[in-house]
Amino acid sequence: MSDVVSSNPKLMLTLSRFGIELGFGDHSIKEVCERAKVSPLFFTLICNIYSNQDFIPTLDDLKSVDCNSLLSYLSESHKYYVNERLPHIEFHLNRIIEACPERFAKTLDRFFKEYKSEVTKHFSYEEVTVFPYIIALNNKDKNSSFTISEFKSSHTNIEDKLSDLMNILIKYLPANIFPKERIEISLDIMDLSSDLSSHTIVEERILVPFVELLEYNNYESQ
Amino acid sequence: MKVNKIIIVEPSPIIYAGLSDFINTINQISVVSVLDNIDLLNDKMLVHNPDILIINPIVLGFTNNSFIKNISQNYPKTLLVALVSTYVDRNVLRYFKETIELSDTKQKVITKLINLINNNEDTSAQSENIELSNREIDVLICIAKGMTNKDISDRLNISVHTVITHRKNIIRKTGIKSVSGLTVYALLNNWVEESEIYE
Repeated sequence: MSDVVSSNPKLMLTLSRFGIELGFGDHSIKEVCERAKVSPLFFTLICNIYSNQDFIPTLDDLKSVDCNSLLSYLSESHKYYVNERLPHIEFHLNRIIEACPERFAKTLDRFFKEYKSEVTKHFSYEEVTVFPYIIALNNKDKNSSFTISEFKSSHTNIEDKLSDLMNILIKYLPANIFPKERIEISLDIMDLSSDLSSHTIVEERILVPFVELLEYNNYESQ
Repeated sequence: MKVNKIIIVEPSPIIYAGLSDFINTINQISVVSVLDNIDLLNDKMLVHNPDILIINPIVLGFTNNSFIKNISQNYPKTLLVALVSTYVDRNVLRYFKETIELSDTKQKVITKLINLINNNEDTSAQSENIELSNREIDVLICIAKGMTNKDISDRLNISVHTVITHRKNIIRKTGIKSVSGLTVYALLNNWVEESEIYE
């Protein structure tokens, strides 16, 4: 386990979403996962996506996915973004905003608030509409007119605005405003951005095909 | 003359053998690799960086969208051509610049490929300019004020199509994609007043 984490430190971010704690000594992935009651296969699947953005899961990978682990992993990720990362960035951004001339301050503030509410809406749609549908589908309970293709076509991109914010901070804000803080916050935004893009890949390459498979199996068994 | 490299991904040996055979008879084009599945495609793309990728969407299987999206993002210069033998989801086809069907005649396939190459050379010859042009700034100001493409085309007396082209260029030059991000950008440059934005 420690080999995996030191080869890609970004994976540390995902550990707490699985309920895996640091301090795993020299135990193997299998041992650590079993102690945390996580499927080692699913864990390595996520690791693969975080380490290689071009990774495509095979049909067997998808078949091995456990619905509850997948959904709980995704909601834990959502919580982490909304409760930890965004407030952190907002805190630092607010200090920059306070130092801005008023006319920029208001716009920047508004820009970030809009983004925050957009992200919150995006996640709550998934938790309120999409996830319950998947749980019902997994229990072979088919009283819903919703299908995953609706999610697929309406799945919005939440990274674009972050990269816009970063461009503004790096390229376009006047030079004298908090240069040090701006560098730090830009690095934070970059981390969040790459984390979110891996998260999107998990949703598009694991969640969507996994549910398509469920839908297909249910249709077959009718 | 430049030789254009092609990679073919098609599961049926009868089809890929036939296709690569007569593509190789065209002077400007040469088939550098033929695969019957996508397992090694990323490696081959990296090695050859082909000008054209002819791929049968069947081989994409369950991961169809994301895989082809990835290829088109990682290799923006490679032209994607779909080799269609059965029904294909429209969502997948939008990543392709051209489609070849099994019923196409030899001449038709050749014409499609050559047109594709020629059109591509025209666009890559254009030079890059990073500064926004005056007209682009006009359009940006309208965007910041929350106007729609139709509003902008009426105001500036240009077609909606032209407005969209300007928008694309603005996004490419500034690196800012969202309307609210562009608004901040316009404000920072003093092109619009705050009072004009939030009404």
